[in-house]
Amino acid sequence: MRARLQALVLALMLLLAGCSSGGTRDDGRITLRFQSLAWQEESVEANRQLVAEWNAAHPDVRVEYVQGSWDSVHDQLLTAFEGGEAPDIIHDASDDLADFAYGGYLADLKGLLPARLKSDIPQRSWETTTFGDGVYGVPFLQEPRVLIANATWLRKSGVRIPTPDKPWSWAEFRRITERLSGGGKYGVAWPLKEPVSATLNLSLSAGGRLFHRGPDGKVTVRFEAADQTVPRTIHDQANTDRSASPTTLGSGGSDTLPGFFGGRYAMVPLGFSYRQQIVQQAPKGFDWKVLPAPAGAAGLTQGVSPQTLSIAEDCPHKKEAAEFLGFLLRPQNMVRLALGDWMLPTGTQALEDPALRTTRHGWAAGTALAAHLRPAPAQTIRGYPEWKDKVATPALQEYYSGAIGLGELRERLVDDGNLVLARYQR
Amino acid sequence: MRTSRPARIGQYTALLAYLVFLAFPFLWLLSTAFKPPRELGSLHPTWIPEDPTLGNFRQAFDEQPLLHAALNSLLAALGAAVIAVLIATPMAYVVARRRTRLAKAVTGWVVVSQAFPFVLLIIPLFLVLKNLRLINAVPGLVLVYVVWALPFALWMLAGYVRAVPPELEEAAAVDGAGRVRTLVSVTAPLLAPGIVATGLFAFITAWNEFFFALVLLKTPEKQTLPVVLTHFIGAEGVADLGPLAAAAFLATLPSLVVFALIQRRITGGMLTGAVKS
Repeated sequence: MRARLQALVLALMLLLAGCSSGGTRDDGRITLRFQSLAWQEESVEANRQLVAEWNAAHPDVRVEYVQGSWDSVHDQLLTAFEGGEAPDIIHDASDDLADFAYGGYLADLKGLLPARLKSDIPQRSWETTTFGDGVYGVPFLQEPRVLIANATWLRKSGVRIPTPDKPWSWAEFRRITERLSGGGKYGVAWPLKEPVSATLNLSLSAGGRLFHRGPDGKVTVRFEAADQTVPRTIHDQANTDRSASPTTLGSGGSDTLPGFFGGRYAMVPLGFSYRQQIVQQAPKGFDWKVLPAPAGAAGLTQGVSPQTLSIAEDCPHKKEAAEFLGFLLRPQNMVRLALGDWMLPTGTQALEDPALRTTRHGWAAGTALAAHLRPAPAQTIRGYPEWKDKVATPALQEYYSGAIGLGELRERLVDDGNLVLARYQR
Repeated sequence: MRTSRPARIGQYTALLAYLVFLAFPFLWLLSTAFKPPRELGSLHPTWIPEDPTLGNFRQAFDEQPLLHAALNSLLAALGAAVIAVLIATPMAYVVARRRTRLAKAVTGWVVVSQAFPFVLLIIPLFLVLKNLRLINAVPGLVLVYVVWALPFALWMLAGYVRAVPPELEEAAAVDGAGRVRTLVSVTAPLLAPGIVATGLFAFITAWNEFFFALVLLKTPEKQTLPVVLTHFIGAEGVADLGPLAAAAFLATLPSLVVFALIQRRITGGMLTGAVKS
């Protein structure tokens, strides 16, 4: 018995000794850790290949590819920053950066990035990563919300097919979805598990801003006519016309796809990158099409929170890290990353690439929307996450399900919302 | 007391319903793991894949270092289970047998310690481990898992110790056995089911643990299976369902195998008839 116990303890110690880190070799080379959140097969492959190409060309500045996860990136980065163990180059999204930028964890990239990259990405994209006076990330991939439509169904119904030049208005969209509905089928299935970002981003098309900055610099919420266009359309489709499926209002985008493929919904408003899942999962012969989201007083404008690349403030080799970003975001490389993620690049040169202008898989329809994309409203406003979680998400969910009316929605978004924001702006 | 026939039928029906309820997620995972993408998007999903494929498994292995991550998980879980049991067993014996104030205080502290959410602990823990140079190292994770599992392991084992009648130890003493001899030859074998159950608890807790592993391990070659599984999930919770199901199915296997191998030992009854009461 005792011999067995000793053997067990010895084996355990050997196991632990075997798996402890031997430390890094000190060979004078710089090593940068690049944490990527790429997760789709093609995207991971594109990132890994680019890192390998960099490493082959730059033996003195080795980049180590570290796989992160969208699911937990905020908590993981926060802990890593606090403990001084953050990766050198950080992949994230612009709406997640505010806390890190204001907290001093990210390097200001203004003087670090190559001029070519600065001029290639439009100012409206840079605004998504500008906090105070600094720029804390390079916005490089973005996706508009589009309507993915059952092309056969639309063709047979004889409705006008919208194009980026002649999109549907919100009123026309409502009429068309009503026309397409009936017999247990719906013109549209809104996946609104996260109703706030979808509503706010699409509301920009109607001129809705919701958040208004006063002359004193303080931000307040107002819910005016332009802010009501999108929520009211969705509410009326689901509750008055019965042209939007009531069951998908609490679903994620992927959850609507079986019903879409099964001919239950004519259209689903989804992020542009969902095309990859559609290509993979659609039944053979299923004919689908990418249509622009409806337009309002402000045309096709909609808000986006681009994916970003940042450099940690603690990184001892910021210049080299910025050079790596310059390499990773060269136009031809940006195209590879965009194709891998089924998203649009922010770079104007990359957007011109023929691979992103093809009609195959709806690429051209999405690329045509790039000029209309603006920073998502409120992403730089302090207190927005709390307003979103505690006030706006439940209020919009209840409004869309028909539990409350527009009056109460306004009351909650504005009155309760301003109380939350005021706490952050004292 | 004999149970009537209708009552027994009712009991078995309830048991069957409970089993189906428990097995449903696992069977669905199994079914999803073998489905091609087109079947995953079907409006009328079937239990048995119509066109079964190993493609999801292939893709999962191609994209992520699953075997390496599984080895890391195994080391962490095994290390945590063995160390937790080695520490908790003598402690539990003392807590259960010596009815002193200290034993009561220890028991109270165990209950209180369960009240701390791990989010509260993670940053101080991170800093402590960093000073010990145990960040990004499986031994650091083992240490955390041991600390995490210890209070409950102690609580659980103390219950098993209390179930061992002290009369057996007294009988051994009367027969001339010393204290160590009594513990090794009489108490320890009777505690075996409890030790196995506690070890299993610590193993499964560590095997499934995600958050500490996410925060404490930096480089891909150190990451454990639950962390690697999240790499199949993208922005806004969109998942690469097929490979995720395939990898998650493989990740559940070791727990099932370990449980199947030792579940016989956990079942009670070893003490039945040991003493007259």
